[in-house]
Amino acid sequence: MLFAVDLLNAFLWIFNFLILPAITYGSALALGALGVTLVFGILRFANFAHGDMMAFGAMVSLIGVELLNQCGIYTYPIPAGLLLLPVAMAATGLLAVSVDRVVFSYYRRIKSPPVVVVMASIGVMFLLNGITRLIKGPELTPFNERRTFAIGDVDPVALTDQLGAKAVVVKTDFATQQEFVHVSEPEVVFFTVAEFKKATGLAEGFGLDLIQVLTVVLAVAVFLGLLWFLAQTRTGKSMRAFSDNEDLARLSGIDPQRVVTITWLIAGSLAALAGTMYGLDKGYKPFTYFQMLLPIFAATIVGGIGRPQGAILGGFLVAFTEVFVTANYKKVANYVLPDSWEMAGNLQLLGTEYKFGVSFLILVVVLLFRPTGIFKGR
Amino acid sequence: MVTYRRYWTVFSLLALLIVLTGVLQSWSFALGLLTVGLISAVMALGFNIQWGYAGQLNAGVMGFAAIGATACVLVSMPWVTAEMANTLGLMLADPTGQAEAIEKLQRDLPRRLDAERQLWLAWLIGGLGATLAWVVNRLLRGHLSILTRASVVVVILGVSLALFNDLFEPAIKVIESTGFGDDSKYLGGLGLPILLAWCVGGLLAAAAAWLIARIALGLRSDYLAIATLGISEIVIAILKNEGWLTRGVLNVTGLPSPVPSVAALRSVPFNLAADASLVVNKLFFVAFIAAFLGFFLWLAHLALNSPWGRMMRAIRDNEEAANAMGKDVPRRYRQVFILGSFLIGVGGAMLATNVLQFEPAGYQPLRYTFLIWVMVIAGGSGNNFGAVVGGLLIWFVWIQAEPAAAWLFAVVGENLPEEGSDLARVLSERAPQMRTLVMGFLLLLVLRFAPRGLLPEAMQRK
Repeated sequence: MLFAVDLLNAFLWIFNFLILPAITYGSALALGALGVTLVFGILRFANFAHGDMMAFGAMVSLIGVELLNQCGIYTYPIPAGLLLLPVAMAATGLLAVSVDRVVFSYYRRIKSPPVVVVMASIGVMFLLNGITRLIKGPELTPFNERRTFAIGDVDPVALTDQLGAKAVVVKTDFATQQEFVHVSEPEVVFFTVAEFKKATGLAEGFGLDLIQVLTVVLAVAVFLGLLWFLAQTRTGKSMRAFSDNEDLARLSGIDPQRVVTITWLIAGSLAALAGTMYGLDKGYKPFTYFQMLLPIFAATIVGGIGRPQGAILGGFLVAFTEVFVTANYKKVANYVLPDSWEMAGNLQLLGTEYKFGVSFLILVVVLLFRPTGIFKGR
Repeated sequence: MVTYRRYWTVFSLLALLIVLTGVLQSWSFALGLLTVGLISAVMALGFNIQWGYAGQLNAGVMGFAAIGATACVLVSMPWVTAEMANTLGLMLADPTGQAEAIEKLQRDLPRRLDAERQLWLAWLIGGLGATLAWVVNRLLRGHLSILTRASVVVVILGVSLALFNDLFEPAIKVIESTGFGDDSKYLGGLGLPILLAWCVGGLLAAAAAWLIARIALGLRSDYLAIATLGISEIVIAILKNEGWLTRGVLNVTGLPSPVPSVAALRSVPFNLAADASLVVNKLFFVAFIAAFLGFFLWLAHLALNSPWGRMMRAIRDNEEAANAMGKDVPRRYRQVFILGSFLIGVGGAMLATNVLQFEPAGYQPLRYTFLIWVMVIAGGSGNNFGAVVGGLLIWFVWIQAEPAAAWLFAVVGENLPEEGSDLARVLSERAPQMRTLVMGFLLLLVLRFAPRGLLPEAMQRK
């Protein structure tokens, strides 16, 4: 009986610290990889600028959130970043299309080798990187960041009613003796680890918040929607035809310009979605999006280039491997093993600082043993 | 003849820029700029061999440069434990007033020696475990089902990893907490000459390149870019986190220099003034680097105009045809990739030697990968002299862009209405970010409108 409780505790620990984060991280990766794989399949190059397109999308919604808050509009309990998602997606989609018009279309016209296009995409990556950093700065900015207002600018009482007592704090600046209102939009939490522990009486537990649930729900909705779009609609079919055989598609009267434009629109909005969801969960920081490039590429290649199902599977595969390989299993071992075997040291394969090393290893293994990926991409 | 005139124009323009910098700013500054420009040219030469000769996109120039710089630490820094023993010996010869320090050293020295022994043992066990797993996997192939085989291998790996960690973690804890000064709480190096370190740096980078070539060459061309990007990020992560090896973010300072130091120039037998010693020191170093660059350039020029170079161009321009003519295309690609990485590694080692310190946290893709690309493409892909010109010119722009941008932002900030003072502050704060933007823009412009660069390759690709 006691052993069963130990096992349950071990499982709950794994669920809270490994499975839940892996699912949310995997959703973001899969969304990112979907965009990369679409561009890869139709335009035939690895778009290195995708990470910074994600950053751009996240930045657009972050700026929107700040503008809304500045006007005194709070959308609690719905995260404002989520409401601004359509704006961010449209903006990033348009950005992707215009980048294509200005930069990539030229290389398509002169039929340059893919490496040159890859290089150009890295140029775009730095350009976007510079733009996002110039506009919003390179620091970590949470979406529900603590903001400061002079006392007259906002109505603390109404805000407290709306956001709860913890969210609004009136503070005095000692230097100037002026009062300020600090507002931080609280996270919507269904239940915390502590509440779970109290309710069940177990030593371990897990918590669930709105962003985690929303990320997964949105990701699943997008996966299904996109797969349906590619399989059923006329445009989706023309995209798949173009991806399978460009010449044949052109001969059958498919307008390449239209296919390319739609691809970029979708890739851009997927990037904005992935970037914003990841930002809502972990905060906006341009460098993280650059670092996500490697796992995203790994996910794309593992799944098979140009295969949307593969990108989704690859995203989760990479996320789960990263999280599980870099976890410290000391607690699990102590629950499962007899008490006399109590472990003092760490039971960790790799430090979390080498997280993306894992995605690189996955990439290497796939390139060595099955370069076309699970779903036999190109 | 037109091309020759262009060569002369470009090179004299560069010389003029350097001289102007020397006159208008300072000679020490100009020489520093020239030094790093020349080192960048070495790295650009390496990248040009990969990109210009063979069309390989190396997105991890930074990683290879960092490997080269690591070699400087591992080869040329003194072995800390030996230094501790030396210091202890000196102190014991004259122990007055140093009782505390002596006691500390006497306590730490044996612990450190133990820890070092333990460290080697850990790596030995780890290596043996990995070999054992590999051998067992080979032997059992065909005898057991894949699942049983995999679990046996995993158990072997797990046990050896546990043994490794047991020895490794306490050992590095000791190594990272003892030393004869605050700057020396790491393993140290072999204390050999720095020039040897440059060679070792190149060789280590070449070894890493060999590994990547095994994995990613011969597949889609984009895979190489992704794989190199990955390996360079991993190299930097390792260097930042493994304090026992490289002191991590604490930096290793005091790398030896191949030329007499400023301090040495001020004392006998040189007895130079403070200003002069600085300039002479830099002059020596520039001459040193220039000699190396000249040597590499000569080799690359010979290679490019030899049958080997013609073969490389043939492979690049039409792989199938070259293959049909019986050329071993994959082997050539590997060769070129490794050669280029060697040069990049040497360049990285030179850069670390130039500032006399190794700074893992300072490696940014923009500075170490992207800038090199821009140098090669702006200078002229496929032309070695173009890479050198690009290296010098783009480095000049890079360095002078910062004062220019700061000045521009200051002017803009001044002329804004009072309300804009906040904006001015933000602008000046973010002036460094402008570089990223401008470099991205520059690469796109050059790639689009002048893909052949300043000094185009004499024999054009189709």
